[in-house]
Amino acid sequence: MEPFTLQMIVMGTALFMLLNSAAIAVYLERRVAAFIQNRVGPNRVGPMGLLQPIADVLKLILKEDVTPIHAYKHLHTIAPIIPVATALVTVAVIPFGDGLYITNINVGALYLLAVSSMSVYGVTLAGWSSNSKYSLLGGLRAAAQMISYELPMGLAVASCVLLAGSLNMVDIVNDQSMWWYVFLNPVGFVIFTVAAFAETNRTPFDLVEAEQELVGGFHTEYSSMKFGMFFLAEYMHVVIASMLITTFFFGGYHLPFADAWLPEMSSTLKMIVDISVFVAKTGFWLFVFIWVRWTIPRFKYTQLMRLGWHNLLPLGILNFTVIAIILKLMN
Amino acid sequence: MEHSVKNVKIVEKGQPLFFKEHQESLYKSLEDKHTTIEFSDDDPLGTRMILNMGPQHPATHGVLRVLLELDGETILKNRLDVGYLHRGVEKIAENKTYQEFMPYTDRMDYLSPYASNVAWCLAVEKLAQITIPERAQYIRMIGSELARISSHLLWLGAMVMDSGAISMFIWTFREREKIYDIFDQLAGHRFTVSHSRIGGVAFDINDSTIKMIRDFSANLKKEIKDWNKLLAKNRIFFDRNNGIGPITTENAIALGLTGAGLRATGIAYDVRKFAPYLKYNEVEFEVPTRLEGDNLARYYVRMEELSQAVRIIDQCLDKLPKGPIRVDDAKKAYPSKDEVYYSMEGLIHDFMMTDTGVCPPEGVSCFHSIEASKGELGYYIESDGTGHPWRVKIKSPSLTNLQVLEHVLDGQMVADTVVLIGGLDPVMGDADK
Repeated sequence: MEPFTLQMIVMGTALFMLLNSAAIAVYLERRVAAFIQNRVGPNRVGPMGLLQPIADVLKLILKEDVTPIHAYKHLHTIAPIIPVATALVTVAVIPFGDGLYITNINVGALYLLAVSSMSVYGVTLAGWSSNSKYSLLGGLRAAAQMISYELPMGLAVASCVLLAGSLNMVDIVNDQSMWWYVFLNPVGFVIFTVAAFAETNRTPFDLVEAEQELVGGFHTEYSSMKFGMFFLAEYMHVVIASMLITTFFFGGYHLPFADAWLPEMSSTLKMIVDISVFVAKTGFWLFVFIWVRWTIPRFKYTQLMRLGWHNLLPLGILNFTVIAIILKLMN
Repeated sequence: MEHSVKNVKIVEKGQPLFFKEHQESLYKSLEDKHTTIEFSDDDPLGTRMILNMGPQHPATHGVLRVLLELDGETILKNRLDVGYLHRGVEKIAENKTYQEFMPYTDRMDYLSPYASNVAWCLAVEKLAQITIPERAQYIRMIGSELARISSHLLWLGAMVMDSGAISMFIWTFREREKIYDIFDQLAGHRFTVSHSRIGGVAFDINDSTIKMIRDFSANLKKEIKDWNKLLAKNRIFFDRNNGIGPITTENAIALGLTGAGLRATGIAYDVRKFAPYLKYNEVEFEVPTRLEGDNLARYYVRMEELSQAVRIIDQCLDKLPKGPIRVDDAKKAYPSKDEVYYSMEGLIHDFMMTDTGVCPPEGVSCFHSIEASKGELGYYIESDGTGHPWRVKIKSPSLTNLQVLEHVLDGQMVADTVVLIGGLDPVMGDADK
């Protein structure tokens, strides 16, 4: 197959799967939450409630789209599009299997950091343009949170880049075919995971929506599919964060210590194995995201800032320096 | 032209029109609260914002309204606005017989209705000088302690949910559900029980109910251990509550704080120990106290109270004597249904009790308080010799506890507001009456 055709097929499949994954994630969230809370969860729409996401989306589409009278109408409309768009373009550089990627640019890691931090604009603008005090507080929190967690996340990624010696995502994944970075760079893994939770605005870092105090925060004034877009974006970001944790620290599509024992396979079989492994790992992290959300309380704004600037950032710098020194000594 | 006029109308609709004077006086009182702070001079950059929280807010436990003046996320000043659930219960009481007023007490502190029933009955019985049989006293104690557990479980679930852990609410509700089932068996109602009667209780407790209570209390001990493991050692929960909203002992006394809030400041004031009612002097239990007075201390005190309530219930079940459950005096209590159905006197007595009810002596008044789950719940009744109270005044713990909130909120953050409201555990039905 020509590389271009393959890219197109992968892109189509990836986008389709990503959009669907949000629906699956919603279903999973509700079922796992129900499991954690000793409930049954949605089980009426379709077999085992599997069609519940469709019912959810239908409901959202049929709802009245309300824009508050004093809202800034244009920004209010544009804001929900931004997180969805950034979530969709993030997937461009993630390798799903051997040779299965949409594009292989040599600054993939930088691209990821740049794109993933864009989504906060949507949240902040939504908070500001709604002209509601609760939304404004939510939007401001989002901005503050993004700044405090971009840096540790960048440092964690940088330590992986050091190990791989490349910014290219494909190189980073292939470098883990024997040793996953979670073994080589455990501190970086912890920092990245914490930052990923903060980036996706999930509990314990969901101060941006903070159901109990800010009544939904930035999306208080949204309804219908505009709200649906935020909803979709949140779950897409969770899926993408799971993919990134998998890619950076859990060897992407590689089985553990694959170099040592995995036999040669035909390219079709290899493709199937790769994608299954990748999906399984992503699914596991998706579960962790949901598990954490329904178990532990939320941080306070000040505590979150302290954790970011006071604990994670110095730890990230230290981790980066130590890895750099070790690598220098080994060469 | 037509179009623009229409638009103006819509914009006008967006403005708050209701209770304009009330709004203005509230905002004014917000500015007046600390006269030392000059509102306009101190804020050249316009960084301050007035945030209106409630009455329709998911975390204000009903219809509490909190006005906050914020600098960023820090609360500079605050004002509470209560009364959105005012139903005039005290006035209603003047037009009801003592027995008829019982269901209204259910709806005051609707999280522990049994305790409200008992408080009302005890006050009336003190007024009319009725001594109820021992078995009824023990049944009332069991009911009150179950109500305390039910209320504390809701506090636990709601406060932890306010701090962000949503599942906890449902875990505590599973246990509350069992209490509802027990009340269903015991009183015939799940929520608003009205099981207590003047001169005793409505129905006797039977063996299957006793078994349910025993199963429940055995299970709850395990659950309390689990919850403590989940919360007390959880760094996030600990930090969210440690040092939040501290109140000194002097302030607590000056503001009339009672219940777990007061005990968290170091005073072991518990009506059950100070002026034992029912048979509380015959059971063993401890009054847990802490010294810090902050939200975490309130958490520890209430969790310990849960264990103590279980302990009291176990003892009550062990000591439960045989005997009648209501006074055998047609002027002081309803006759049993057997009498009503099979004897003429019984029917007449039943009719008279419903029509006229208990008539305490003329001109007497009394105050009786019990330790309800939220604090000291007292009823002051004045009698004019008829079957209706001449005047009823209710000292409800939620109202006095809410006074404290205004004092502890200053200097905290927006996120602390909901945790503090949860920690003080007001019930607006109780506060607004």
